[in-house]
This record gives sequence, C-alpha cells and structure tokens, in this order.
Amino acid sequence: MDLLTTPLTETHKRLGARLTNFAGWEMPIQYQGIIAEHLHTRSKACLFDICHMGELLVTGRDAAPELGRLVTHDLNNAVPGKCSYGFILTSSGTVQDDLIIYPLERDQFMLVVNASQKQDDLIHLQDNLSSRVKVTDNTMLTGKLDLQGPESLSVLEKFTGQNFNDLKYFHFRKISLPGLDLIVSRTGYTGELGFELYAPWGGIKELWDMILEDPRVKPAGLGARDTLRLEAGLPLYGHELDLHHTPAEAGYGFVLKSGACYMGKDKAFNVNERLTGLVIEGRRTPRKNDRILAGDKMAGMVTSGSFAPSLGHCIAMAYINKEYSDQSSFSIHRDKVILRAAKAGLPFYKGTARMNTSG
Amino acid sequence: MIPDNLLYTRSHEWVKIQDNTILAGITFFAQEQLGDITFVELPEKGKRLEQGQEMGVVESVKAASEIYAPVSGEVIDVNKDLEITPELINQDPFGKGWIVKIKITAEVEGLLSPDEYAELVESQ
Repeated sequence: MDLLTTPLTETHKRLGARLTNFAGWEMPIQYQGIIAEHLHTRSKACLFDICHMGELLVTGRDAAPELGRLVTHDLNNAVPGKCSYGFILTSSGTVQDDLIIYPLERDQFMLVVNASQKQDDLIHLQDNLSSRVKVTDNTMLTGKLDLQGPESLSVLEKFTGQNFNDLKYFHFRKISLPGLDLIVSRTGYTGELGFELYAPWGGIKELWDMILEDPRVKPAGLGARDTLRLEAGLPLYGHELDLHHTPAEAGYGFVLKSGACYMGKDKAFNVNERLTGLVIEGRRTPRKNDRILAGDKMAGMVTSGSFAPSLGHCIAMAYINKEYSDQSSFSIHRDKVILRAAKAGLPFYKGTARMNTSG
Repeated sequence: MIPDNLLYTRSHEWVKIQDNTILAGITFFAQEQLGDITFVELPEKGKRLEQGQEMGVVESVKAASEIYAPVSGEVIDVNKDLEITPELINQDPFGKGWIVKIKITAEVEGLLSPDEYAELVESQ
C-alpha cells in the first residue's frame, strides 16, 4: 500500500530528512540529527509536521451529551476556547485512544486522535452515536504543525503580528491571517512552551515556510518528538497506552473528572500495574518489551526507553505490577544484557510548557 | 566518504592494516544509518576473536547494531574515549572514532576493497 503523504513530504526530502513509515504515513524521523533537534527545541524552538494526526469533527445539537458518553472529557462544562485531554475507553475501561477535544462551538467538537487509532475511533464513534450526531473525518482537510520551545511564543507573535501571551495552557483561539485561517492552541507534546497550529491542508506549506523564515526555528522530526515527550513523562499510544491498561494505571486517574456516565467509567480506575519512571545506570538504552525484575521476581515490562539528551543518561517508562511498584530499584533484562534501574518521578525533565506568559 | 587506504567488511566495519595489527571501526555509512550514537560496548583487552564473531554493540537514540570482528586475532587495545564520548564515532568515524586494535593471528582475507565497498553501499 502506498504511504500517505502530507503537504510537506517533498519539502522534507529537499531538507535532507530521513523518512519512515509511521502509522501508514511517510514522515520525517530526523533532519540534522535527533539530539541536535531535541536540544534546539529545549533551548529555542522547533517546528514539527504533525499532519498525520487525525482530526474528527463531531457535530449536532446532541453532540455534547452523546459524545460525553464516549470520552472521559467533561463536555458538560466545555466552552469554546478551552480544550482538554482525555481518553476514549473500551467497555473494559482500557484505553482505545488518547485525544484532545476542542469545543469549536457549543455543538461542534474537533477530536485530535492518533493516526494509528483513527479508523478504530471512527468506527467506535459511529457505532455508538445516534443519527442526530454526525462524525466527519477531516484528517485530509486539516493540517497540523507544532511550534515548540521557549522561543515559540515570540516566534508566533512575530509571524502573526498578534499577541498570544494571554493564551493560557490548554486554551485555543481562532485567528485569520491574509488567506489563511488558523487555530492556535497552547498545547504540545514536548514539555516546552509551545503551540499546536491547525490550518487548512492547502495552507500548510505556506505556514511552514513562513515560520521557518524565523532564524530561531529549525525543523524537527518524530525522533526528537519521541525523546522530548519521554523526558516530559508523556505517554505514547501503543507504548504507555493500549487496550490492556486503564487511564489510572497510566497515571491519568486525575483527568477522569467527567460527571457523565461514559463508557468504561466503572473500570477506568482499576489498577493492576502502575506506569513507572526509571532512571538507568550507565549509557545503555532499555527498549520496549525488555523484562523488569524486582529481585528475582518478574515485575513488569519496559514501554519506552531512550537516551535522554537533556539529562545525559538513559530513562525508561515501564508498567510494573502494583505489588512491586513501590520498590525503589529494579533490574532490566534483554537477552544477556542486564541494566540496573532506579525508580524516578515523572516528568524526568520539567520544561517551560506550563509557564505563565501573561506577566 | 570511503577512504582509499582502508579495507571494509559487508557488515560496515573498516580495517586499517599496520604490519601485524589492524585498527578497526565502523564506516561513515554505518554511523550515518544509526544516527546519534549514545553507547558503545567494547570488547575486553586480551580477548581472542574469530573473524565475523560479534565483538561489541553500538547503540544510537533509535537503534542498536552489533559490530563484528573484521579479522581473527587478539584485542590489544580499545578506544576508551568512546565510553564517555561515543559521539566521536559520528564526528570522526575513521579517526578519533576508532573502536578496536587487533593483533592478527591469521592471514587477513575476505575483506572488501574501497571500490567493492562503495558498490555495497550503493546497493543499500
């Protein structure tokens, strides 16, 4: 099957990016190098092509109450301008997908979902919503660029000519530039101050070029996005989130505040394993599915591991059986390799994401 | 990026023959494919290796790759600098990023010429 392409795929090739198949999309992994792009995001600003993510539009007079029975987000109190993070759960309380929901209007919601889960999400929503509510897949109409890093606010204000210092974390605003309508969302996946920009598919190339004209901004690929989100302790679907774990096991019980009786609610707080941060001794990297032992007892599995460029050592996240999750040290096993790991709080690295910009 | 004065393996090690010892590392192509290198497992000094035997591992942010003995012999020196600065392999794969020095115990054979290696890289 041919890979899907974004409006920027040819641009990435010209920039010398290494491309890979990510959930059926041909996406850039890196341009100059993962570590350089990672560090540039932490110190200045980077731009990421995230057009592969799914945008589903749910509309209709009953959209809020009906959708509110399928997601953990509190849609009763949703107001346009404020977005929220949460989950679509299975009836067993495990995670079908994690998503941000944007209430665009009282009766119109944009769901931003993982590319790998989008088809299943669509079927799940269509199967469970009445005919009074309409679900539209806008993925190929809506492009997404992430501008992330401590300089992102100043870069954004410069190319739009508008102020965004009053746009708070997890708030968004619709703006119009000449010939280009945008949604600017103060959110991201790097742990740094940053913005997710949604624009019509046809305007993405122009937006990309406009932002990269600023010498402070460099393009960054999915490789750096992954090391950045891991340092920030953020979960990735297919690694920390899956059909076998509840939000509470992933450490997200605190977002389950909706008063609605949503699917999976009665089991969403079940905990058999706990997502745990691990700091690794030495420079060797643990990888997904490496086994974790507490003493000589099988205690869990690594979900993500990497060298952490901002920390200078290796880190991992792992599901550890609740019986062992309060222990402070573990060993990680893969073939003949044994690594020593100490439990660590999340995030591993605290960036500028939540900083107050309004002065 | 394929120096004329070296020999190569199909597993992307380079070999510099100096009398009865050889110096070896991984090629520019290999380090470029791996990306930012974060860890190198070096063989122990004194270890006897058969040509083609696994002698260490190079890990990058995204991948890991075994390295193989390009010749048969005894490890007489390893590049200890790589333990703290493995990125030397990215910066200077044929120089400061050398990995191992081996005393040859058998005649060196089965290595690729620069032209043959260039053809291999071309085909990958």
